[in-house]
Amino acid sequence: MKRYWRTLFLLSLVLVGAGCARKPGTGLSLKPTGFGAALVESSGGKQIGATGMALAQPLVVQVNDEQGTAVTGALVEFSGPAGASFDPPSGLTDSSGQLSTNVVLGSMAGRYQLTARTLTKAQKSVELKIEEIALGYQEQVGFQLDNKYCARCHDPESTPERVSNYDNLEVKPHPFTEGDTLNKMSDAELTAIISHGGPALNKSALMPPYGYTLSKTEIEALIAYIRLISDPPYHASGMVYAQK
Amino acid sequence: MRSSSLQSMKNALSSLWQTLFGHPVRAFGVVSLLLLIFLAIAPAKNHFSEWRHYQKQYLSLIASRGDAVTLQRRFHEHDGIQQVWLPQIGVVDRCTTCHVGLKEASLADVGTQPFRRHPAIPHTLDQFGCVMCHRGQGPATTVEEAHSSTLAWEQPILPARYVQSSCGQCHRAPLTGTPQLNLGRNLLGRYGCVHCHTIKLADGSAIKPTDDPPSLEHVADKTTREWIYAWLKDPQAYAVTATMPNFKLSDPDARDVSAFLIASSTPLAGDTTPAINDPKTPDPTAGASLYGESFCASCHAVQNAAGNVVGGDVGPELTRVGNKVKTEWLRAWLRNPRVYDSGTAMPHYRFTDPQLSLLTAFLGNKTDSDLLANVHLDAPTPEQIAHGKLLVTEYGCASCHEINGIKKPDNFAPELTRIGSKPLTQIIFLPGMTHAIPDYIAAKIRQPRSFGAALKMPQFSLAPAQIDALTTALLSLTDRAHDLPLALTVPAKPPSNYQPAGKAGKLMDDMACFTCHAINGRGGDLAPDLTWEGSSVQRPWLQTFLKNPGTLRPALIRRMPKFNLSDDDAKELTDYIMAVYQTPAFDRDSMPSSGYPPAQVEQGKQLFYSKYACQSCHIVDTKVDKGYVGPTLTQVGSRLNAAWIYHWLKDPQAMRPGSIEPNRNMNDEDARALTAFLMTQKGASKQEAKK
Repeated sequence: MKRYWRTLFLLSLVLVGAGCARKPGTGLSLKPTGFGAALVESSGGKQIGATGMALAQPLVVQVNDEQGTAVTGALVEFSGPAGASFDPPSGLTDSSGQLSTNVVLGSMAGRYQLTARTLTKAQKSVELKIEEIALGYQEQVGFQLDNKYCARCHDPESTPERVSNYDNLEVKPHPFTEGDTLNKMSDAELTAIISHGGPALNKSALMPPYGYTLSKTEIEALIAYIRLISDPPYHASGMVYAQK
Repeated sequence: MRSSSLQSMKNALSSLWQTLFGHPVRAFGVVSLLLLIFLAIAPAKNHFSEWRHYQKQYLSLIASRGDAVTLQRRFHEHDGIQQVWLPQIGVVDRCTTCHVGLKEASLADVGTQPFRRHPAIPHTLDQFGCVMCHRGQGPATTVEEAHSSTLAWEQPILPARYVQSSCGQCHRAPLTGTPQLNLGRNLLGRYGCVHCHTIKLADGSAIKPTDDPPSLEHVADKTTREWIYAWLKDPQAYAVTATMPNFKLSDPDARDVSAFLIASSTPLAGDTTPAINDPKTPDPTAGASLYGESFCASCHAVQNAAGNVVGGDVGPELTRVGNKVKTEWLRAWLRNPRVYDSGTAMPHYRFTDPQLSLLTAFLGNKTDSDLLANVHLDAPTPEQIAHGKLLVTEYGCASCHEINGIKKPDNFAPELTRIGSKPLTQIIFLPGMTHAIPDYIAAKIRQPRSFGAALKMPQFSLAPAQIDALTTALLSLTDRAHDLPLALTVPAKPPSNYQPAGKAGKLMDDMACFTCHAINGRGGDLAPDLTWEGSSVQRPWLQTFLKNPGTLRPALIRRMPKFNLSDDDAKELTDYIMAVYQTPAFDRDSMPSSGYPPAQVEQGKQLFYSKYACQSCHIVDTKVDKGYVGPTLTQVGSRLNAAWIYHWLKDPQAMRPGSIEPNRNMNDEDARALTAFLMTQKGASKQEAKK
């Protein structure tokens, strides 16, 4: 009787052991065939996307050696803050030394600092930091409003669909990314200049008032968007919390 | 040995029994103790539950913050299990039990879940709860059960990338904040998904296709069998922007389908014109400039040398059109497209014969020598044609195209009216796939045949963002979207079937005005809404404009084509527009078009340049002003009615909803003065230039 139990116990041990032995696959481990000295961004940085969604353009990085020539077969790994994901998360560079990955940003609006990493021949890690911006619901509404009402004057860049009016203005408007200027203005000041026009803050009348065209929520959304894309980044003034 | 060990065990057990239950009092005590222990299990389980653990974590998180006291007080007002209960929409959500900081504005910097503040949205938690937008199991109180699909509950949390689908359950019209949902709904029509899949909306209407696939009843007039073959094999090789999907036909199948389509085609009277042998070979640069002057690029795109597709997306891409169409057909089509397709979005240009030759030759030269180089088809056998017919029927080609001898099938593909709530038990997932409805829909759109090589759904050529958008639009088609009380839904504007009457109405159809302009809710958004055009413009200007349109805005690339209208037709149209398209808001003759006192004009000028700084967007004096955003106003006094200008200045959005000109809340006096000033701008600058 006792032997019977012992056999059963041993058998179950073996079974449990067998179950544990096969760990979930860690995927294909890529063997680099080349090693570079530097990582540069080819395209796909500084994009403005939406929370939880894939960026419109893939992120492409290039591995170069000391002479600046592209390296084929170098292993590049991508990483980012919680929520950001990459498809593929790592890979070998192609014949032009590049690796492309599709980026999905996390569910929190804000700036995402992504890292691409490769190893040199001496097994030293080389890193490249790339920044992307994720718009939340509010910022996305702001983005659309900017596109419709503001960008024609505030964005100096012209596209075939939208010729910029920036150069035609005697007093130049501030591009919304111009953090050096806009970060100094409080939310109340931005609200005032959007609602009542330039003269509200003793600035140019070329900036018309939008307070009778846009709703209060829309102006808030616009400000949230301006704050998020500002460069250097905007830090809200106010209560400072002890951070752990 | 075995019997002795059994014996000793038996002895030990009986002595234990004796100790515990030997005496009635002792037995009573032991039983009570056991009962007590069992009774303690429930409170202990409750005490060590996940949600208490999170609430404790939250308390320690807020303890070190500046506003800890306020946060703690608000937390203790309702601790324990929280619930949002909204019987009207069937919501029982306990998510706030763990997600404690959702409403705390001061937690903006906290990025760790479950304590994050909810980002600003137009709705509140108390109105709609959580699962309306995020899905998941509202009544669950463990992390696993609330977020994942378990045996008992199969509704996992909706990934953030599809969250806009939830807005679409109630909001049937496009929203500013949901670009992805709007795009997805648009694509359902534009890629013709709804030709095969019926999608009924809660109000009983169905989504209508907007792609207008061509009828193939006379296809042999238009193109060759070789082109059809190449097109069937890979539509995007002919035009990268083609919305026609790839049916992955084998070479013999494509051969047979092309054979059947040509064989079933009947000739159409007047559909081809004999090629005119011009003694002179048409000048290619003249053809290109006619293409430009006719603003073909407003609707048609062409791929340039760099591979970029440049031009509009209303009509088909023309990069390789010379490979496709027969010269005689093209000439007839350009002469009057309505002969071949009465409902086409293409306007009837009134080209002269030399113009037709120029344009036909220019387009005919747009070819790619590689496209048909390897297509060699022998004359078809009757068996091949019969097999082609069978394939055309099997693949449901007639769901989109009209084909002689084949009836349009009803409900060719599964109905998608409630696809967003399809029970997971009815779905066959691929190995390794997440068992969730969004993953299933996205995979099905991305690669339909990966679910089985014998499936009929073709491969669409869609960018990842388009697949996400389509998935979002389909996910919005839930049971809840259909069962919501009507009072809670935000309906879309009902589609308009407005049709202008009489001779002018026929002219407007002939010139396809509605392709670009909207009137009374019907039409495109490429050009201004003309519903109140009669109140807006002056008659002589309109008549001249129709004869020879120009652009009003210096920086606009799209421009109205010149239709080569006869004087009679231009007058007919002008009469109709002036008489019918009037706003009830004011009388267009209520203000004079000239004779304003100079003082008032001068005051208007001052206001224009100083107080309202209109020159930032508009040009009145071409020497000084540079504004590129709004229309040029140098001739506004002979273009617009005074009363229109006055009412426009008072409230632009009331005159044309969605206008980007800001409402300045202008007082009557300023609006009158500005009107007076603008009415003096009668194109003087042009006369000066002539001098």
